[in-house]
This record gives sequence, structure tokens and C-alpha cells, in this order.
Amino acid sequence: MAVLVLADRSGTTVSQPTRSAVAAAARIDADVHVLVLGGSEAAQAAARLAGVTKVIQADGPAYEHGLAEPAAALLVALAPGYSHLLAPGSAMGKNIMPRVAALLDVQIITDIAAVEGPDTFRRFIYAGNALATVKTADAKKVLTVRAASFDPAPAEGGAAAVEAAPAAEDPGVSSFVGAEIAQSERPELTAARVVISGGRAMGSAENFHLLEGIADKLGAAIGASRAAVDAGYAPNDYQVGQTGKIVAPELYIAVGISGAIQHLAGMKDSKVIVAINKDEEAPIFQVADYGLVGDLFKLLPELEQELG
Amino acid sequence: MKLLVPVKRVVDYNVKVRVKADGTGVETANVKMSMNPFDEIAVEEAVRLKEKGTVTEIVAVTIGPAQAQEQLRTALAMGADRAILVEADGAEPLGVAKVLKALVEREQPQLVILGKQAIDDDMNATGQMLAALLGWSQGTYASKVELSAEGAKVTREVDGGLETVQLKLPAIVTTDLRLNEPRYASLPNIMKARKKPLETVKPADLGVDLTPRLTVVKVEEPPKRQAGVKVASVAELVSKLKTEAKVI
Repeated sequence: MAVLVLADRSGTTVSQPTRSAVAAAARIDADVHVLVLGGSEAAQAAARLAGVTKVIQADGPAYEHGLAEPAAALLVALAPGYSHLLAPGSAMGKNIMPRVAALLDVQIITDIAAVEGPDTFRRFIYAGNALATVKTADAKKVLTVRAASFDPAPAEGGAAAVEAAPAAEDPGVSSFVGAEIAQSERPELTAARVVISGGRAMGSAENFHLLEGIADKLGAAIGASRAAVDAGYAPNDYQVGQTGKIVAPELYIAVGISGAIQHLAGMKDSKVIVAINKDEEAPIFQVADYGLVGDLFKLLPELEQELG
Repeated sequence: MKLLVPVKRVVDYNVKVRVKADGTGVETANVKMSMNPFDEIAVEEAVRLKEKGTVTEIVAVTIGPAQAQEQLRTALAMGADRAILVEADGAEPLGVAKVLKALVEREQPQLVILGKQAIDDDMNATGQMLAALLGWSQGTYASKVELSAEGAKVTREVDGGLETVQLKLPAIVTTDLRLNEPRYASLPNIMKARKKPLETVKPADLGVDLTPRLTVVKVEEPPKRQAGVKVASVAELVSKLKTEAKVI
């Protein structure tokens, strides 16, 4: 039976975590369908993903902003045709999929980090301090996917047909009011090849700008530890960690971050980790490939200069 | 307006959890237990809404072992009016949502506020599942909640920023970190909490079947990263990133 992936739109395309969810779906079954809510360009992008065999596009005001109630109703209407329903573990996927699961009387398995079989999955628990393998007795499986654990499906290579979604009822209990999404020239945190994050040792919101020059030179996204966000040095959508965003870039540079377990849970799958910290005993050095001990206010300008 | 606040007893935020040697789970014997931090935020929000006068009664609920009374007493000390303990161990989010649905039908609250996830299983599902079972609207990952006659306006933390949704009541709200900073219960309030009503019920009394759907095959230590090398200068760092790691 085919598997269905709910896509997260990213402008006119689908998000990178969606491509990771497609990769996870492909480990379950070769027949991978993708559901795109709103956005015909994003549906076309989904149709070009390698490994996708069909795209279902749902148009209409109820779907434009990914409201959980109508989206879940639509997924439930589509569910009889699928053995597994997946979504990336993004804010959207996490919001919608448990609702779908409960409507189907299924216990969801969130943030899967590995597919061991059609009914067996691995996921982190206790803020990444333990890795559980769980097997479900539910006939239908509802899953969200930890993007950092799956290499994204290639953006090109597929040529799937796009069809319109069936009509589903909008429960009409919620409405979209507005959004404040930070506009940035920089790559999105969860999709960036390089991430540079600052911690509490940055000392102020003004000092956080010291990361920008380096980020510009490396094409990096900027992140922050929870301590830095709580201190008001960085906006909350910068937060990397168990309760924030989980990232796995090629290069992660942690500046003035001590390495609390919550933070490590959000970045330890990065390919190469660099830590810059004045405390040589900081736990971050235990996971860093390259550690540089020293004053960040001296080292950051040097780094920017050295990167030319 | 009546408000229901479900809370969960979990291993304390500051405990470094250890995986059991036999791979069946993590060590919870003789470990400090506390209220799930996101649920503390939920209790705080409920108490603030009551202080503003929009909420008249707060009922705290937990599904857990007998010792979870401690967490209910904490909720009562923070300002909840009464508490219900549903005695059951190891219930999954779907089962918890079914218990909560039964309690909602009995108590008839207009709003249920709970943490977005528990820091033990990190499932992030119970609120959404409860909303589904009740057919209610949901405002997850809330950083701001405004109640009015028209309903609840909830500002949500989403990828890349904030989103605001308007919910018809009754509704479910799940809390994110920045909704508020929970208060510490004062000693007089802790004393007063001991006298507040705490009712114990069994899942069977509510007609709920909590048979788990998931089997834990094993629990293991996550793969450990090896510490690398210390470099002496920025120049050495950049050189290694270019020639050794080849990432820039």
C-alpha cells in the first residue's frame, strides 16, 4: 500500500525537512505520494522530488495557512488509501499529525530517527539522552520525521502527476489571523549548510551582530542557545535545541555556548562541530571536532577577517 | 469560565537520565521527579487568567501513579482550585487524551491548557489528540493567549517566527516556553493546597481502555560523539576546516 507525506511549503517549493520525510517514506514503501496544502508551484516542486509517484494538491482558503483542523480532516479522508501517513517534524507537522492520529484511533510516533521496519521505528526520548526502538500494534501508522536523521530526497529526478485533493469538510473552528515571519536573506536554520550559533556569553543583542559578518561569508544561518534566547539576545525562532530547532548542517559553529544537554540534542548530528568558548572545561568541547579556547570578542573579528 | 489543566509527573529537568543496563528504559528509581516544565507554564497561565477574572475555576488533572499527587499539590499551591488524579501508569498520549476527554465531558470546561510536550517521552501529541477526540479547535505552541467573548486568540511559535490564530471556544491550548515564567508557590499557599480537594479515580471508572499500542523493543544510549582536537588559533581553525574537514 502507498504511503502519504504531508508537505511543508517553503515559499514556492517544499521545505528541506519535507524532502527528509520523503526519504523516510521511501524506506517504508516505493509508492510515495505527497500532499501539498495550497500553492500550485509547491505542488509542482513536490512532483519533481526523486522517489515521489503522485502529488495531491489541496486548494482553498482553509488550507492556505495549514490550519490543523481542516488539514487533519483532509488527511483522514485520504487515509483509507495509505498504510502510513507521514509529515516532517516541523511546527506544521507536529501540529497536524497527532490530530490525524487521534481521529484514526492511532497512537502517533513522533520524530522518528530511523525506520527499522514497517511497524518499528527509532526515536530519541529524554531530550536526546536515550534512543528508543518502538513497535506499533496499530494497523495504520502515523509518523512525524526528525529531518536531521534522514538525508533529504533529491529535489529533482521525479515526474509525478499532480491531482486535486478530494473535498473534505472544514470543521470551521479556527481561523488564521496573521503571521510575523522573520524575513532574512540568510538560509533557513534547518536547511542551512553552515550554522553559526551564539550563547549567553555573547552578552547582548548588539553583540549578536558579531555573528552576522561571519554568517555572510560562510552563507550560514544564525542560531542561538536557549540561554541566549531567554536573555533576549536573539529571537525565539533562532533557538537550536531539544525544545527549539533540530539542525544537522555540514558545519556547526557554537560561539560562547557551554553545551547544555538541551542544546546538544539539537545539533549533535552536525557533520563538523566547532566550539569557541573561553572556558576550556565547557561540555561543548566534548562534542566538538575543533575547539578554540579564548575570548569570543577577540576571536570573532579575527575569524571574520581570516575568512576573507 | 472553567478551565482544565492536565499536568504530568516526569523526571526532573535537571536530572541526567541514565539508560538501564537491561535496555528496558531509563532509570527512574530514586530519581527526583517534578511537574513537566511545560505543564508548569500551563498552570501559571491558568492562574493568570483567573487573576484577570476571565476564569472562575481551575481543575488540575494528572494521569499517573499515586505519587503524582505531589505534582497535583504543586498545581494547587500555584493556584488551581481542585485536582483529579487518574491512577494509571505508563499511559500513552492517545490513552491520556481519552481519559482527558472523559473528564472534559464530566467537568465541561471551556478551555484546556497543557504543555506542548512532556520532557520524558518528548512525544508532543497529547493536546492535539485531545482536541481531535473532542472535535475542538487547537492552538499549539502558544506564546500568548487572549480570551474574549469571541473565543481565544493564540499567538503560536512556528518555524521562522510567530503565527496568530483565532479559536472558537471550547478550545485546547498547548504552551511553549515563552508564554510566561511560572511562579514559585509560597509557603502559605503550599499549606493551603493541602486542604484543597483532590479526587482519585480509576480509568475504568471513566470507561477508558488504556491498553498500549506501542511496545518498547529496547532503549539504548545514543551514539556518542568523540571529542576532537583543540586548535591554537583562528588561522589554524580556518586552515583545518578548509584542508582537513573540507567544509568551507
